[in-house]
Parts: sequence; structure tokens; C-alpha cells
Amino acid sequence: MSDKIRILLAKAGLDGHDRGIKVIAAAFRDAGFEVIYTGLRQTPEMIVDAALQEDVDAVGVSILSGAHMTLFPAIRKLMEERNCADMILFGGGIMSEDEITELGRKGVSKLYGPGTSTIEIVEYIKGAVAKKRAGEKLV
Amino acid sequence: MAEIRNQAEISEQAEALKKAYAEWKTAADATTNKNKKYVTVSSEQVDPLYTPADTKSIDFLRDIGFPGEYPYTRGVHPSMYRGKPWTMRQFSGMGTPEQTNERYHFLLSQGQHGLSVAFDLPTLMGYDSDHERSLGEVGKCGVAVDTLLDMEKIFKGIDLGKISTSMTINAPASVLLAMYIVVAEKQGVPAEKLRGTLQNDILKEYIAQKEWIYPPEPSVKLIVDTIEFGTKKMPLWNTISISGYHIREAGATAVQELAFTLADGFTYIEKSIERGLDVDEFAPRLSFFFNAHMDFFEEIAKYRAARRIYAKRMRYKYDAKSERSWMLRFHTQTAGCSLNAQQPELNLIRTAYEAMSAVLGGTQSLHTNSMDETLALPSDKAALLALRTQQVLAEETGVINTIDPLAGSYYVEAMTNRMEAECEAYFAEIDRRGGVMRCIEEGFLQREIAKAAYTYQREIDSKERIIVGVNGYVLENEQIDIPILKIDESVAELQRQSIKKAKSIRDQDKVTRTLNDLRQACRDNKNTMPFIIDCVRQYTTMGEICDAMKDVYGEYIEPPNL
Amino acid sequence: MSVFDDFVRRDKRALARIITHIENRRENYRQLLAAVSRLPHQGYRIGITGPPGSGKSTLVDALVLRYIQQGLRVGVIAIDPSSPFTGGALLGDRIRMQHLVNRDSVFIRSMASRGESGGLAAATRDVTKVLDAFGMDLIIIETVGIGQIELDIVEACDSVVVVLVPESGDMIQTMKAGLMEIADIFCVNKIDRPGADRLLSILNSMVHERQTASSVEIRAVGTNGMNGEGVDSLAEAIEKHRGVITTGGELERRRGSQLKAEIVHAVRDRVVRQLEETIDFDGQFEHVSRQLASGELDLYSAADMIYDRYFRK
Ligand SMILES: Nc1nc2c(ncn2[C@@H]2O[C@H](COP(=O)(O)OP(=O)(O)OP(=O)(O)O)[C@@H](O)[C@H]2O)c(=O)[nH]1
Ligand SMILES: [Mg+2]
Repeated sequence: MSDKIRILLAKAGLDGHDRGIKVIAAAFRDAGFEVIYTGLRQTPEMIVDAALQEDVDAVGVSILSGAHMTLFPAIRKLMEERNCADMILFGGGIMSEDEITELGRKGVSKLYGPGTSTIEIVEYIKGAVAKKRAGEKLV
Repeated sequence: MAEIRNQAEISEQAEALKKAYAEWKTAADATTNKNKKYVTVSSEQVDPLYTPADTKSIDFLRDIGFPGEYPYTRGVHPSMYRGKPWTMRQFSGMGTPEQTNERYHFLLSQGQHGLSVAFDLPTLMGYDSDHERSLGEVGKCGVAVDTLLDMEKIFKGIDLGKISTSMTINAPASVLLAMYIVVAEKQGVPAEKLRGTLQNDILKEYIAQKEWIYPPEPSVKLIVDTIEFGTKKMPLWNTISISGYHIREAGATAVQELAFTLADGFTYIEKSIERGLDVDEFAPRLSFFFNAHMDFFEEIAKYRAARRIYAKRMRYKYDAKSERSWMLRFHTQTAGCSLNAQQPELNLIRTAYEAMSAVLGGTQSLHTNSMDETLALPSDKAALLALRTQQVLAEETGVINTIDPLAGSYYVEAMTNRMEAECEAYFAEIDRRGGVMRCIEEGFLQREIAKAAYTYQREIDSKERIIVGVNGYVLENEQIDIPILKIDESVAELQRQSIKKAKSIRDQDKVTRTLNDLRQACRDNKNTMPFIIDCVRQYTTMGEICDAMKDVYGEYIEPPNL
Repeated sequence: MSVFDDFVRRDKRALARIITHIENRRENYRQLLAAVSRLPHQGYRIGITGPPGSGKSTLVDALVLRYIQQGLRVGVIAIDPSSPFTGGALLGDRIRMQHLVNRDSVFIRSMASRGESGGLAAATRDVTKVLDAFGMDLIIIETVGIGQIELDIVEACDSVVVVLVPESGDMIQTMKAGLMEIADIFCVNKIDRPGADRLLSILNSMVHERQTASSVEIRAVGTNGMNGEGVDSLAEAIEKHRGVITTGGELERRRGSQLKAEIVHAVRDRVVRQLEETIDFDGQFEHVSRQLASGELDLYSAADMIYDRYFRK
């Protein structure tokens, strides 16, 4: 049996729009993932601190307040500083193609805009985690 | 003898109807596409046909009746839109207090009588602009207010005795109300002359929008403080707008929106009665705020059921004697969550249908969303089209000619009854669980909504439900042009300077003293309004006031249940 | 530098990785666990159990905040249920532990129960050992909280707190015996609600009734997780229990029987796994199943046949 996939989901920004992230959390759960949900208004420090302790395969962050261009790079940077660079960082929000490309360059693996099917997101993470694990060495 | 014949005739008719129905059903079944599910936006099963059999329990005078008369199923005014068309109220907010003030002067010069203030997120959460949590959020999606200084700027040169102001603010609502009162006082306008509305509905924050500060108990106490204060000192002010809009946006079904919103309303009413207020003194100033989603008939049934349920409860459960207390008046906004980034022009069409359902449902005022609202703040053109949508509706479609035109429709009446029954079932479940506040604490309402949102999304993912442009009729290679929201960071800097200035001109001893008095009032369970007014008068910041109350009440953390 | 070296240097990332390795029973996990267990350790284990939503996580948050302010290092294991159908889980206890975010001396790990039904996750005991070896002074375990008595907690902890709420009255009546068996401390949380005093006095009289000369005194305290009222008393009650069992020899006795239970668990797990994997070693299992289906054999005779063949092989 292959290991369970563990992911951390968090909502950043001051707004309280958690409809999307809760739907995603339920979709991941139903796909057999172990989902750690850390709740609303999480700062990059809070997110990375939790991801580190939970040793998750992937970190998903929803940012709808418009602060994505500052928050995503901040999260990625902290992940690298704390030796969590192997974790997949993905997210959702309202952003332009150019912004997505730029964030991709800064280490965000995947970003989803409004209206993406949850099936697509779950499949992507499954694939990405499998690829990541294939490259992992034992402790 | 005559009666017996009547009975016989009736059962004969019923037999005939049954037979005719069966015949029709066979014919219809033969050609029905059975691969498709026939459900509402709320995933409720709908029958292929409704007949008198579905409405036979209805007693016209008891259940439907006349507009302006109990139980108000058909509307709260006898003449409805022939007397007064609905108010077209478009909500907006922007940047600095100065910019907002400029905009208001323009709107007033164009003949608008009411202003509507949107606040930025830090203000909504009770943080000052210089708080670390406010980083990057100052002045976005609304104006920032830190001290009385900002409110003075927003309303500079505007006679508060002449206009009506609506403020979309919840957790720190009493602070903003206090500031408004003091600004008016400085203009020489007494509180009893002030007209306007405060959203001031914290329960739906815990349930849906999640902009809170303190735990539910003290938060509701603060709201009852404003209701009590308003009843005694501000007879023209609407202290609360009980909102289902955000509950629906969070993914609730139509019934959940209806049931949870009304349950919230009844909670405020019960708490106000507990405070010793006379229901007929405050109830006439309560108003509601609903969502208009895509399912045309379901929405109309929702508004009709809302009025009937409310009237019955107010009259019989809360023993209100005044007819004004029985009437549910409401504002409607079209559903932001029904809009999509793909093929955004479609949003115009969606909004138009939604607006029509609100009008056929008898709304008192309406906000129509702009087609680009999912992506950014509305462009001028989109904002104008949104307003024009309402004008076309009022002037060209003829919907205002007759009152409640869908009454008597087998489907709409059956749906109205179903809404009422399901709503009552939710009330019973909420009571069983110990009331709204207990349900919030235990996450019951939030979980119900999350489940509904998930069901809806799964229907879309599996294409059982088609959303045009999103999972059907998709344009190949559609370039979604997302206008980039440039956050003007200078707003934050200006606000920081404004706070500095306020702090430099104020008397620090008085600030400390009024804050201490406020803390003590919270501990002594006194009405906080007079104490908050004293604080704001000293240019105490919003954050300082909210922090002082946090010292006594604590802070709220969302319940973990998903 | 290996992950193990990093672990010894008290690197949290290494701790997290080792936990994952062990939780997933990856290659060499036993050697790893053995190595970890050889490190010095002296942690004390506190279990927090009780019905869903009773306020366990809220109290953990408040308690741990006190402990770290006293300069202690604390590990927290928070367990939530896995779905029996999909194997997925939503782990939300962290949301309540907002005061413990970004603290050097706290490490919180959420675990899914992964099919275990006793309130813990399969690897909880092992993870406890890892946290202990990491140098945690206290290890706090929050059980699943599925509304029934979660016995396994007794086998994993030194002091067990059972968290109840004023509405738990009925549950107490029906589960009295079981509750008395697991609780070292009763905590009535949500004392801001009506009925708290009544419940506290019921608990106190229950405790009184049970008290014998030999057993360690059980205490009942009231708390309000929202504003922290009573949390000091709860911490005190735990401390007192710890003192009593440590000096009275009860702690050693407990740990001794826990170790025995652990061996039994480990053997049972192996037997079950082996049985599942090799039950049809001679093709008789299929055969007997068919006989059962056709009615030639009844269930217990079928079981006897398999048992005899299997254990005589
Ligand atoms: N009124 C009141 N509510 C409380 C108190 N303590 C906790 N709560 C609330 O009870 C709810 C559940 O608290 P949790 O700490 O998550 O409970 P739990 O036992 O960990 O829940 P599970 O892990 O889901 O079993 C939350 O909404 C808390 O805010 C209290 O003393 N009084
Ligand atoms: Mg918990």
C-alpha cells in the first residue's frame, strides 16, 4: 500500500471567503487524502510552521484578497529557508496569466483560477506527489 | 343534503383529475429525457407538472391574501410598485476618505438622496490601518476609517440632517455609528434626526462572511445595545439589516438562506425583548437583505415564504400588535456567486434574470451586480449597465403593472409552501440544538452550508449541472482578460499619517479614561453606546476601542468542524 | 548529516520527517524507532479525551500556552477520524490551537486514526516515543472524540483528562463505569452554560463513591475554554495527579502494564496481519468458504476447521 498523501490547506488574506477552500478540502478528503486545514487569515509564517510540523506533501493556499503577488513568494521563500522546499506549493485566486507565470518562476507549482473543477486539482496533486516521491531518498 | 352532494362532486372531480394526470404522465414519461436531473439551483427535486392537487391545502385569504395585509405573502404595500417603485441602490466604496467625499458630492449633485459606505477589510475587522494585519489591505474594497477624523472627512460639506446613509459594517458597527453621531453632532444635527441603515448583523458573519471580532454572546449584546439606543434616541435609524445575502454566497441553498437568516432575525428579536424592549417599538425598524440567485421560481417562492413566515411568528410567537412589526421589508442583491470569469458578458444576462425574480418577489430595493465583478472592482461602463438593467426592468418589461403576478401558479404556490415547511423544519432542528448561537458554536450551520456548496460543486464537476461558459459551451482558447487591481499603497501611508495626526491633537488622558470607562461598562454589562460615543469623541482609534472591548469579551476563533 | 543527526540536534523538520516515516511504516522504521528509543527521554504523557466538540483542542491550546510560559517543551498529537470509506480525513484541531503557532518549544502533529477505533491512531504510541526522545517535557494526546469511551488512551498516557460538557449528563449515567476506569481528572468545560454545577456535583459524588484507600484520588474541575477560567485549576489537578502517582509508585506500575499491553498489541497485529495474508496457505480457505455458502458447514465449524489447520501447520 502506498503512503497516504497529506496536504495542508490554508486561507490567507483578511477576507473570510472560505467557500472555495472548504469545497477543495472536502474533495481531497473524499479522494482519500489526509487534509490538515488551518483556517482563515493565516500568515506565511503560520502556514509554513504548520506545514513543517505536519510534514505534508503539498501546501494549498487560497488568496482572494488581491495580495497573492506578495504572499505566495513569501510562503515559498520561507519554505526554502526551513528546508521544506520539497513540498509542492499550489493555490487559488483571481490572477492574470502574467502573474501566474511570474509566480511559477518563483516556485509556485500550480495556480487555479475561478471555476476550476475539483477533479482536475485532485488529479494534479496526485500526479505531482507521485513524481516527487519517486525522486525521494530514504531517511 | 346539499353538502353531501358537494362532497360527492368534489371527490368526483378529484377522481377525474387523478385519471387525467395519470394519462398525461404516461404520455410525458414516454418522451422525457431521463438522463437529466431536474433540480433547482439548490439541488431540490422538481416535479414535471403541478396541478390543483399541489395547492389544495391553500386557503386564499389565510395563506395568500392581499398585498399590504397579513400574512403579506403578496407584498408589504397595498399598491406595491404602483405606489413606489423599488429603490435602485448601488453599493460602492473606494480609497481614501477624501476620494469618498468627492464621490459623494458628485452623487448628491446628480440627485441621489442616499449614500452607501463600503469599508475596507481592516476597518471591518476592527484593525487600524497601521496594524500588521492590515498590510496590503488598506483602502481596498472600501474606505479606511481609523478615527473620527476620517469620518469628518468623508462627510465634509454634506448635511447629515438631509441625507440617508447606509453603512455596510458589522463587528465594529457600534463604533462607526458612534462616529456618525458625533460628526452629526458637530454639524449641529441631533441623533434623532439621523436617517440611515447599519448592516450590524453579526450572526451571519459567524455563519458565512467570517468578519468577526468577539465571540457570539458579547457580539449580540453589542447589537442589542445599538437597537436599544436606536429605539430610544434615533427613531429614524434602521439599526440592523439582517442578511441572508452572504449566507447564500457561502454556498447555502435557498431554504438555508431563508431559514438561517430568519432564525438570526428572531434571535435578535428575542434578545431585544429580553433586554426589556417592547417588540412594537423596535421591530418596525428591522429590515432584511436577501440574495437573488439563478433559479427564477425558487427565488420568488423564497421571498413570498419569507414574508409569510415572518408575519406569523411576529404576530403569534412574539405577540407584536402593530402591523408594522409583522411586515418583512427587504433589500436584494443579485448573486455574486452566480457570476463567472469566463465569457463575462453572460453575467449581464444572469443578473437580469435574477433582478426580475427579486422584483416579482416584491423587494423594496435592489442592487444589480456588474458583469466584471468577479474579476475586479466594476468599470464605469459595467456599473452603468448594471443600473440600466434595473431601469429596463422597471420601464420596459411590464413587471410592475400588477402585484405578485405569480400568485396562484400551482408551481409557485407549491414551492412557497415547501419553502415554508422546510424552513420550519430547520427552525425545529436549530431549537433542538439549543438555538442559533449554540449552532454557530458547534458549527452546525456552517457545516450545512459547506455540504450544500460541495454538492453544488460536485454537480458541476460531473457536468450534471451545466454552467454556460464554465463546463459547457466553453469557448476554445478563451483569453480571460483579468484587469490587474493596482493596489494604491499610498492610501495606507495617508491613513498612517492621519492616525498620527489624530494622536497628536487629542488629549491622551481623556483617551485613556474613556477607554477605561468603556471596559468597565462592558464588565458591568451596561449599554456600551454612550461609552463608545465618548471614546470616539476623543479621537480614539477604532483599533483601540475594539481592543479595549476584546480585553473584556475575548476574541473569536472559528470552530474547527468542517 | 543524516536526518537522525538533525533529530538529535532537535531540528523540527527532522522530527517531522521521522514521524512520517514511522507513521507510514516505511522501510527500516523499526530500526529507526529502536534508535530513537535509545535516546534519553523523560517526557510525561497527558491524554485529553471526551465527546466531540467538548472543547478538547481549546483546552490543549490553553494548557500548552501555560506550560511553555513555564519554559517547558511540549509535543501535541491531535487525532481525528479517517473516513472508513475513502480513507481520507479532515484534520482540523490545529485551528483551535492558534496560541501555539510559531512557538519554538511546541510541536503539533495531526494524525488520522487510519482505521483504529480506540480513539488513537495506529502509530500514536510510536509517535509519542519519538516526541519523547526529541526532548519534550510533556506530550499531550488529544483523542478522536467519537462520543464513546476511548480506552486506548489509558494505555498511552500517564494522566488522563476526560473533558465533558454540561449536556453530558445522560452519557455519564450510561457510561459511568467506563468513565471511572479511564479518568484521572474530570474536566467540565463550558461552565458558562447552564447545568455545569449540577454535572460537577454528580461527578464529585461518583468519584467519592468510588474512592478506596488504594486508588489515587480523582478530581473534577470546571473550565471555560473561551476565556481561560479554571484552566489553572485544571493544570493544577494534572500536576497533583502526576505528583501522587510519581511518588506513590503508581506511575511505574502503570507504565509496566502499558508495556505489557504494547507487546500484546504488537503480537496481535502481527498475528492478524499474517493470518490475513496467508490464511489460504493450503487452498482450504476457499474450499471451506464454499462449503459454508452451500450450507454444508455452519460458521463455527468452518472456523474450527481453518483454525486447526492453520495453527497446526
Ligand atoms: N461556550 C463555550 N464554548 C466553548 C468552550 N470551550 C470551547 N468552546 C467551543 O466549543 C467548540 C468546540 O471546541 P473544540 O476545542 O474544537 O472541541 P474538541 O473537543 O477539540 O472538538 P473535536 O476535536 O472536534 O472533537 C468551539 O466552537 C469552541 O469555541 C467553553 O468553555 N464555553
Ligand atoms: Mg479537537
